[in-house]
This record gives sequence, C-alpha cells and structure tokens, in this order.
Amino acid sequence: MPDTAIAEAPARAASGGNILQVRNLEAWYGESHILHGINFDVNAGEVVTLLGRNGAGKTTTLKSIMGIIGKRSGSVKFNDQEIIRATSDKIARMGIAFCPEERGIFSSLDVRENLMLPPVVREGGLPLDQIFDLFPNLKERLNSQGTKLSGGEQQMLAIARILRTGASFLMLDEPTEGLAPVIIQQIGHTIARLKKEGFTILLVEQNFRFASTVADRYYVVEHGKIIDGFSNAELAANMDKLHTYLGV
Amino acid sequence: MQALYAQLLVGLINGSFYALLSLGLAVIFGMLNIINFAHGALYMMGAFVAYFLLNLGGINYWWALLLAPIIVGIFGMILERTMLQWLTGLDHLYGLLLTFGIALIVQGVFQNYFGSSGLPYAIPDQLRGGMNLGFMFLPVYRGWVVVFSLVVCLATWFLIEKTQLGAYLRAATENPTLVRAFGINVPRMITLTYGLGVGLAALAGVLSAPINQVRPLMGADLIIVVFAVVVIGGMGSIMGSIITGFALGVIEGLTKYFYPEASNTVVFVLMVLVLLVKPTGLTGRAA
Repeated sequence: MPDTAIAEAPARAASGGNILQVRNLEAWYGESHILHGINFDVNAGEVVTLLGRNGAGKTTTLKSIMGIIGKRSGSVKFNDQEIIRATSDKIARMGIAFCPEERGIFSSLDVRENLMLPPVVREGGLPLDQIFDLFPNLKERLNSQGTKLSGGEQQMLAIARILRTGASFLMLDEPTEGLAPVIIQQIGHTIARLKKEGFTILLVEQNFRFASTVADRYYVVEHGKIIDGFSNAELAANMDKLHTYLGV
Repeated sequence: MQALYAQLLVGLINGSFYALLSLGLAVIFGMLNIINFAHGALYMMGAFVAYFLLNLGGINYWWALLLAPIIVGIFGMILERTMLQWLTGLDHLYGLLLTFGIALIVQGVFQNYFGSSGLPYAIPDQLRGGMNLGFMFLPVYRGWVVVFSLVVCLATWFLIEKTQLGAYLRAATENPTLVRAFGINVPRMITLTYGLGVGLAALAGVLSAPINQVRPLMGADLIIVVFAVVVIGGMGSIMGSIITGFALGVIEGLTKYFYPEASNTVVFVLMVLVLLVKPTGLTGRAA
C-alpha cells in the first residue's frame, strides 16, 4: 500500500474532523537524514499512537511537527494551516502542546513554577483544581524542587503543565517509559479521561500493550517512514505483524 | 579607628560596583552562555551617557539614572541581535573574543575623542555634604551609592527568583528549546536579558561618575577584578554574585587598613584559593 494511502484509509474511519495532516515530512539532524517522507492524519478527539522500534523516527516526527528540528521539509497542516515553516513558539500558540520523552522538568524551578511555566495560549485549559483532581500527588509536592519528584510524579507534572495552556492537541512522547506498572495504569486512566474531555492526543509508544488501552488508531514507523496503519478494532488481527515490526 | 571605618566604607562602595557588574555578568552568562568581556566598556558608556545628558542636554543625574541604562541597554540589545546571537552553540572562547574585541573598539573610540584623563561629573545637590555618625563621617553620596546598589541588586534577584518572568529566564537557561516549544519567544527574551545585564553595568557607571570621574578606561580597570568576583561567587549564580561582590569589596577595604601592600591582590589570591577548593565557585553549580 502506498504511504499516503496508509495515512488516509484509517483516518476516514474516525468520526472527528481532520485536525493534523502530515505529508511527505522529511527531517535531518545535521547531515543525518532521519525522516524520509512521513504521511499520516489525526482526527479531532482521537488518540493516535505512533509505534516503532528505537531509532525508527517516532520522536523526530513529534519534534518536527512541533518545529523543534531545524531542517525539515514537506507539509504539516494543523487545522488546515500550514506550520512546516513556523517556529516552535508560534506552533505552541496555535494550540499544540508537547510533552517530551525526557519529561523536561526544570531543576531550578519548584513544582508550582514548573506547573505554571507554559503560558496559557488560548481559553479552555484545565483549571488547577481539575489538574489536582487528575494528579493529587502534585498538590502535596508543590513546593518541592521539580527534579526531586519520583519518575512517575515527574511524568504527571510534565503532562499536567500542558493541560493548563488551553492547547487542544497534545503530543506525548513515551509517557510510560521507565515507570512502574501501577503508575503506567494511572497514566492510562489519565489519557482516557483527557480523551473524554475532548483532547486530541498523538502518542509515541514502544509499549503497545499500554497503547492498546487508550489508542483509537496506530501507525507503525520504521526507518523514518510510516509502514503500516490500523485501527484499534484491527489490532488483534494485526498482532503477528506488530510483533515482527517491533521485534517483541 | 576612623581610618578603619573609612576603609570599610570605601570597600562597601567598591563592593556595590562589583555587585552590580558581576550581577549583570551572571545574568548574561546564565542566559546567553557568554562571558561578556564588553561589560567594562558598557559600564564606561553608562558614565559617558550621563555626562552627555548633563552637558549636552541639561538632563540631571536623577534622569540619567533612568535614561543611561535604557540607552546603553538598547545599544547592548543591538549588539546581541547583530553579533552575539550568531554565537549560539559555539565554544565560550568565541563569545569571549568577540566581546573583548567590542570592548577594545568602544574604548578606543572614546579614548580617541576624550583622551585618557577624567571628565568631571558633579554630585547632585541633594546628595552633597555628609553626616557625622559619631564613629565616622559619612559622605551622603557614598551612602546613597551603597543603599541604592543594594536595592537594585535585591530587586534584580527578586525579578529572577520570584516572578513568572524570572521562572521563564531560569527555565530557558536550562532548556531553551523546550521553553520555546511552550510558546515563549526565547530569542526575544535573550535579547532583553542581555539588555538588562548591560543596563545594570550602565547604572553602575552612572553611580560611579561623581566618585571616580568619567574616563574611557574606567571599565577596563575594574572589569578584571569583577571577573575575579564572578569566578569566586560562581558563574551564573545571582545571589552568589551579589553577596560575593559586597563581601569582596569589604575584604579589599579591610586589607587596605591592615596590610595595604596586599590590597590590590587580595581578590586574586582569594580567587586562586576558591578555584583550588571549589572550582565551580562558592555558590555556583557544576556544568
């Protein structure tokens, strides 16, 4: 199946309007060509997961959409607006929020400052009491140094701070990496709740067992390309292929 | 005893300039990762702008305290936009060489037009005279310099450590890419930060003008000591710069009283000792 066909076929199955459209996205780190023409769509209200092995290009895809990778080409449309040439601060102000793999908690800021750091870019962000309802641990640790939190708490803080901003499209890069099963379960509940609240989520995961609990659709990334795509209903039928793709 | 208190006062005044200048250097290093060797020249420009405002525009000292930091700060922001911003990601050495070159050019231009001797700048009427404190005579202007510098230093510390804008600055010091991805215009913030650091240097220049006269090389004489202060306090540490600035001024003053021969070298001896025991400086953090 051609790459663009993979991108479009499952997207049509979903109910919401198209919010993100990625076409022929290429990206480079210096001289290294990392993405070789990525194509996929995300519809409003969906949780879409990019699956793939280490180094496949999943994180680079998120960073390219966010405008963090300096050299990129192709087309990224958010709400029908072309953003491939926009700087990351402008992209954030359009309503896209990014939660990086390494969590990006600032050691010189306490938990409250970390939480309040991203500016509100539009109306509709979650109020603090609702955030503390989702992540009660954070309320008790507001005055602690950000990097003194446990790994799970840091991940919660990294997600919590982008919920305040009013961004409706969240990109979460491996939110379960290195976390205990009980915390992974909690993150899963949170993502499910955010979906109910109307957030659209693009998730990067290696742990497809976790992803299967929250995702509507999947794309498989390999060598900087999307090589397959299917909906959650088709997951069981694609399990063997998925094992091969992910090497598990 | 009178002589001891007099030297303590001189130490506190020098400490005020050290603190204001090293604070600006710390702010700039923290955010831009640049060792700003042009700082002394920009301090000198602050004094000269005050001199021009008074002699060409009839604008008094009080307005100069406000206007000179703004004018020199804008000059600094132009330097940052046109030259320093291109050094992002390069080795410290490039920033050091560029700012050293800028310092030489600025000082050279002023020296060409004004020579090396000092131009007088009168103490404002409201701050003339002195007070007899019983144990010593305190010239009002010198007392004002110490108190005003302390207030400005603490206000800068408050801005950086206790406000939302300061949180942006501290976060951008750690991870500018992520802060920008949150929607904050980091390049503009870097330019404004350089302007703030340069403005603090210019403010020190205005405060210094009535005490030390206005000379093209007034900054070159001071900046080496200020760099020693920054190394002792710890590069990038805001409160460390303030405390170390005042403390070293006082130590220098006390040395002038107890062992005058060592007064010009005591700061550098302390720098060597601190580098041997704690290379990141007294309050600095490891890179």
